[in-house]
Amino acid sequence: MNADPIIVETTRRIFQDLGDPQTINNTDNTKWRVPLWNALVEAGLTLAWCSEESGGAGASMADGFAIQRVVGEFATPIPLAETLLAGWLLDQARIKAPPGPMTVVPVNDRSHINLTDAGILNGIVERVPFARETEHLVALSNSSDGPKIAMVQRVACGIAPGQNLAGEPRDRVSFNAVKPIHMSSPSTPFNPIRLKLMGAVMRTVQMTGAIETMLNMCIAYTQERVAFGRPIAKFQVIQHNLAVMGGEFAAALAATGAAEGAIMRDPSFGDEVVMNVASAKIRVGEAANEASAIAHQLHGAIGFTQEHILHRFSHRLWSWRDEYDSEANWAVLLGKAVAARGPDEMWPNITAA
Amino acid sequence: MTGKIAFDPVRLPAEAEALRIEVRDFLRDEIQAGNYRPHVGDGFDRAFSCKVGAKGWIGMTWPKKYGGQQRSHLERYVVTEEFLVAGAPTKAHFTADRQSGPVLLKYASESLKRTILPSITRGECSFAIGMSEPDSGSDLFAAKTRADKCDQGWRINGRKVWTSFAHHADYMIALLRTSDATKENRRHGLTQFLVDMKTPGITVSPIINSAGQHDFNEVIFEDVILSEDRVLGDVDMAWKQATAELAFERSGPERFLENIYVLTELIRVLGPQPDQRGTEGLGRLVAQLHTLRQMSISVAGMLSAGKEPSLEAAVVKDVGTNWEQQLPNCARNLASFVNDDGNNRGRFDELIENATIMAPKYTIQGGTREILRSIIARGLGLR
Repeated sequence: MNADPIIVETTRRIFQDLGDPQTINNTDNTKWRVPLWNALVEAGLTLAWCSEESGGAGASMADGFAIQRVVGEFATPIPLAETLLAGWLLDQARIKAPPGPMTVVPVNDRSHINLTDAGILNGIVERVPFARETEHLVALSNSSDGPKIAMVQRVACGIAPGQNLAGEPRDRVSFNAVKPIHMSSPSTPFNPIRLKLMGAVMRTVQMTGAIETMLNMCIAYTQERVAFGRPIAKFQVIQHNLAVMGGEFAAALAATGAAEGAIMRDPSFGDEVVMNVASAKIRVGEAANEASAIAHQLHGAIGFTQEHILHRFSHRLWSWRDEYDSEANWAVLLGKAVAARGPDEMWPNITAA
Repeated sequence: MTGKIAFDPVRLPAEAEALRIEVRDFLRDEIQAGNYRPHVGDGFDRAFSCKVGAKGWIGMTWPKKYGGQQRSHLERYVVTEEFLVAGAPTKAHFTADRQSGPVLLKYASESLKRTILPSITRGECSFAIGMSEPDSGSDLFAAKTRADKCDQGWRINGRKVWTSFAHHADYMIALLRTSDATKENRRHGLTQFLVDMKTPGITVSPIINSAGQHDFNEVIFEDVILSEDRVLGDVDMAWKQATAELAFERSGPERFLENIYVLTELIRVLGPQPDQRGTEGLGRLVAQLHTLRQMSISVAGMLSAGKEPSLEAAVVKDVGTNWEQQLPNCARNLASFVNDDGNNRGRFDELIENATIMAPKYTIQGGTREILRSIIARGLGLR
């Protein structure tokens, strides 16, 4: 199932008008943020994954992934992808989504939020995306009664600012006996790995968008830039670097499409989803690495300046590789499963995925 | 965004998955009966090809009136990948199935189609591709082997090299010079011909490859006479005919599964609980393979849907052949800490040696890496 082209085009147009990377790069204030966010809210994009009963747009999974990809295409530091994910998580427990930006905790297996029997949240989560710029956090918490989904106000949490290497907020959030404003069990059995898988696909989708923009920047720049008397795109070594980058983008596109497709086919997030998402996070992370290196090489010193927007993409790619677990983390998860099943099951597992 | 590269997510249809089970059963029975040894030998086994033909798995997308089954490209995809993974000897029919048959379907006369295509589908008729020459490899349009008009039709003189399995082939589809290139178009002047390898004047001599195997040949043409009906397509216009077929040739699973046994044997040698390094390396290889397969299936799906994904096909071959080329070295490193007596280590080492020796060819055959990258760059909009 493909995304609705109207939704994709609307999202792109809003970002082109109000979230242009060069404009944001040129300014040292954050005045662009409110008009951009308001336009996204008005278009119903922020809560695309919430059902209409929960106050959302009730859009398809494909639509939401497509919106997240546009965030990557523009490398805009705004918690749209995270708000979509938060809305999705709330929807799993039929909790009505609030307006305003949200983020999601935990962000990996290494931190936990516990819910006491009295309904109080405790825990510390490192590197929470955009926490300080949100109004609400949605927590997947552990309780004696299984996983619970809780919505808390940001002001109820302790926030210590931090950032990723792209300068996006990645804050330490402390839940010290925080009382959620809404809390509920998921409406269907919910293995916590689902959140990690959705988070990984979110970053994978964003990385694919960012790689595509970098590729297009490189195609344009190498045809403009003249050296040794001709555009550098005329040199075979430049063409071949671009071809390699095109191959990496192609791999990212195919891997991401497969992961999205697996989630859309299997809402219970079975083995097929794990295989496809793990593969995508690994392969797209590798593509991000290779594509960023080539994009910087092709742009020369100009691309290594604050003024040029290339870093907005490469820096995010380098951060997103690690978020929701790195290539190595996912490779160990996948490798363990492959080794345990043995040599004769490797191919049947690939064809079944 | 410009959207120059597209990989539509494609799922194999249920009938293709049903066929997969049938193919796996057939291959398992063949191996158990000792009819072939997986991944061993030169892969040319006409008796095996005849059995495949009897199953209806050669030329399976072609019209029934020419011996085909009119099945989909995605079904053919499944057959191809299962044969590769099972290390089956398909060389006696694969060239005709993938390339030569489709060329004949498009350009040969009705009577040639009626004669030759059914014998291909029965596994009885092998093809070779006569493209490269001593001074024309990647620079295909520099081909000099001539076909000149004569009373009986065409007279061929010249030399083709690196012609795989010409020593077994019944026919060759040869790219021959019928006119000089023009100033405006250096690709002009080449024509495709169907050559019966039994025609007088053809000499085939072996060129032994660096693995010590006889696969390549040199094919010399001395006053070889071909009748007029052996011209495939328009005289001097072969350059226009090549492009569509290349998408099929470049994007298939044979572009990343030729040495897949290396990965299987790596899993065997690492055992059920490898060290962290082996585990991580294995996970990456499987992720890369799975992604390549998704890319390749996507191209097959787009071809089936009547699209022309030539850029994507070139990408699959470039990324795929680089991957399979690096696979033996990757596996060798990941297995470095396995004990000498562990998990059949000796057999693994032997297979890795063979795979290492074969690896250079993947990025040369069927369009070099350099040619592919130039094609991809052009596809991306560079001139």
